[in-house]
Amino acid sequence: MDNAARPIPIRPRDYKSEIKPVWCPGCGDFAVLNAITKALAFLELPREDVSFITGIGCSSRIAAYTSVYGFHGVHGRALALASGLKAARPDLTVLVAGGDGDGLSIGGNHFIHACRRNMDMTYIIMDNEVYGMTKGQASPTTAPDWADSKLTPQGTGIRPFQPAGLALTAGASFIARGFTGDPNGLARMLVEAIEHKGFSFVQALSPCPTFRPEQMEWKHQVRGFEQETTSDPIEAVQRIQADDGMSTGVIFRRQYPVFQPGGKSGDCMLESIESEFLI
Amino acid sequence: MNSAQACDISLAITGSGGAGTITAGELLLSLAGKNGCFGMMRRSFGPQIRGGEAAALVRISHTPVECMNDHFDLLLALDWRNADRFAEEIRLHPGSLIIADPAAGQIPDSIAGLGVDIIEVPMKKLAKEIPAGRPNMIALGLLAHWLGFCSDEAARLITEVFGRKGEEIVNGSQAAFRQGFTEPLIVEAREARPRPEPGEPAFTGARWHFNGNQGCGLGALRGGIRFAAAYPITPASDLLEWLAPRLEQFGGSLVQAEDELASINMVIGASYGGIASMTATSGPGFALMTEAMGLAVASEIPAVVINVMRGGPSTGIPTKSEQVDLNMAIYGLHGDAPHLVLGALDHADCILTTEWSVRLAEALQTVAIVLSDQNLAQSTVLIPEPEYELPPIKSRAIADPDENYQRYQETRSGVSPMAIPGTAGSTYVADGLEHTESGKPSTAAADHAKQLDKRLRKVEDFDYGPHWADIRGEGETAIVTWGSTTAAVREAASRLAARGDRVKVIALRLLLPASPDKLAAELEGVSRVLIVEQSHSAQFHRYLRAYYDIKAMTHTLARPGPQPLTPGEIVDQVEQWS
Repeated sequence: MDNAARPIPIRPRDYKSEIKPVWCPGCGDFAVLNAITKALAFLELPREDVSFITGIGCSSRIAAYTSVYGFHGVHGRALALASGLKAARPDLTVLVAGGDGDGLSIGGNHFIHACRRNMDMTYIIMDNEVYGMTKGQASPTTAPDWADSKLTPQGTGIRPFQPAGLALTAGASFIARGFTGDPNGLARMLVEAIEHKGFSFVQALSPCPTFRPEQMEWKHQVRGFEQETTSDPIEAVQRIQADDGMSTGVIFRRQYPVFQPGGKSGDCMLESIESEFLI
Repeated sequence: MNSAQACDISLAITGSGGAGTITAGELLLSLAGKNGCFGMMRRSFGPQIRGGEAAALVRISHTPVECMNDHFDLLLALDWRNADRFAEEIRLHPGSLIIADPAAGQIPDSIAGLGVDIIEVPMKKLAKEIPAGRPNMIALGLLAHWLGFCSDEAARLITEVFGRKGEEIVNGSQAAFRQGFTEPLIVEAREARPRPEPGEPAFTGARWHFNGNQGCGLGALRGGIRFAAAYPITPASDLLEWLAPRLEQFGGSLVQAEDELASINMVIGASYGGIASMTATSGPGFALMTEAMGLAVASEIPAVVINVMRGGPSTGIPTKSEQVDLNMAIYGLHGDAPHLVLGALDHADCILTTEWSVRLAEALQTVAIVLSDQNLAQSTVLIPEPEYELPPIKSRAIADPDENYQRYQETRSGVSPMAIPGTAGSTYVADGLEHTESGKPSTAAADHAKQLDKRLRKVEDFDYGPHWADIRGEGETAIVTWGSTTAAVREAASRLAARGDRVKVIALRLLLPASPDKLAAELEGVSRVLIVEQSHSAQFHRYLRAYYDIKAMTHTLARPGPQPLTPGEIVDQVEQWS
């Protein structure tokens, strides 16, 4: 491809598509979209070299609102699809996004294995502690006593996942928590995440004004972590455990071996394999 | 044994797991190849991981064979500990020869009572006298002598198999083979009995030695597969293990995924990236993949899924064969999801069918399901080098850079050029949501109808050419079958032909889309049709009823596993119908 003839889009809006989001007014996901486009513009990544893979749910619609390559797949499997793409096409910058239900419930197995596999990609969970697309059910990050869903009228009675802690124990090499009330901070975090070699996990606290209107108060509860980013998993786990889940920042960063299969010479001939069958 | 049998011998080597029956069987088959014969070998195992029982079921013939015979002419038992376990699998007849070790104890009444011929050889004792000698290599020598083989190539074959285990094992195995080959007990026994004569090989060209899983693997490589993702499952694991290092030799890779849901989604991701991709699994794993196969159909991403069928439902009988995932392959996808289903008919056909499936999936940008089964996958054949010619098929249509690119653009064929990530200007979002021509999500009836028509048209209007079925012979009676039962049907047809009953064999390779007109043309002048399959609920018969108009009188031979259908069963069915 002729790189010289290709203008690099440098404005965030160049990374947006013409499609109008399905999101409700006030939804935090708009800010995630803005943060992503800002990060891509900052990194000056050619649109065609970025692939944005998502699952199913309100937040997973985000791929269609960008102008990079994308895949809006099935519920919970975005990380698997992205892992196949990255395995086959290591040259691409791979972004993955979805909601807390998509990533931690139906896609929970893929999440822990993607952390462990540590392929070079960035995964954003847009966490609003609720299933929005299906009209307000509890997710794996919902508090046990949230009783506003008809599906679990007494609340789930189950303690929620702590996504950052889960990512840490599963082996993620970059773990951050951002907030949609601070899109510039989130964009900076995403720049770091994309530049990090390995699996980068970013939990974006993204309020749902429709089914969790009380989350509009998050802007008064969220604050930055006092400590700097650590590369010590013990320290990171203590920090995550001691926190109420509302502190933001890059919590953990460490270089682990990156999984990238293949890459051998590829000069094999079919004849040499067929000769194995010859008696 | 009379001279007619001499050219076609079925034998079984049984023993406890770890006794080396399978190794002995494989070496015997290779040696048969070196002696100008053809043959096949099936492995039979119990469910145990280690220990338990194992049997090598070997058929050696002067003409190519693709299925096991009805009875066994020879049983070599290293011990009798699992004789009952194999009783229904290794059917003996009064003329069968038994080679047994007297130290292994009494021959079970169920076998001795058949009036079989017995040769006793102290295999264990003979092996003990040789450093690193093992009874299975004594047994190999005995059988090679009995079959009249020249032993010249045996030492080299043994070195190939045991080379990794070191010189002592190689030397011990070679010495044990020689001991068995020259053992006076077998030499005298052979001279005293009618015996197989090697004769002149009918075919002197190149012979191939491979199992169905390897055949599918080779077909995949020939078709251009360069990425695979998979989760281990019996009996597909050996296919994946064969493929993994070879894909790397081609610059590709195989990723072991966390489950089958991940495997199929990884395949879709890699294929979206422009690389021809596949997975292989068996029934339970295939069931897990069906949702994402719908995604591949809707988003028009080529993907090849090989289902090596096993006994079901549920965990079923993982080590045995059945043709029971036809329903799931044909009807298992949600929504109106046109896709391809192909069935491999025999070992050589595993290569052809898989290569064709890859090429079709790539050309038509859809899912191609390849149905193989344990019967093909885990049996080894020794056959003439397979030769075939597929009609030319266009490779995946790739879009040029285009600012006005529409991924799902309406075209006459229904196939729209695909933009590969990295191509400037043609960025798009692939979607499982119904979409417009540009890929924008849409719930409009017109968009839905347009895309449904497009996805159906590209699959249904394609000219698949002559490979939709494999058709042999002519006759007023036709046998319609598919998959691995084809070999037994063909052999039944040749037995019937030998006695003057002409039978036409139609084995369907392309199952979806169906070819009702082509089958109707082939059934012109046929007055009765026997439908043969290995399924308790007659899935194939029901499939034929759903998609084809068969005017002739029909009859069904549908029985479940775990034992494969034999030619004799099919001959009986045809004769009883008269």
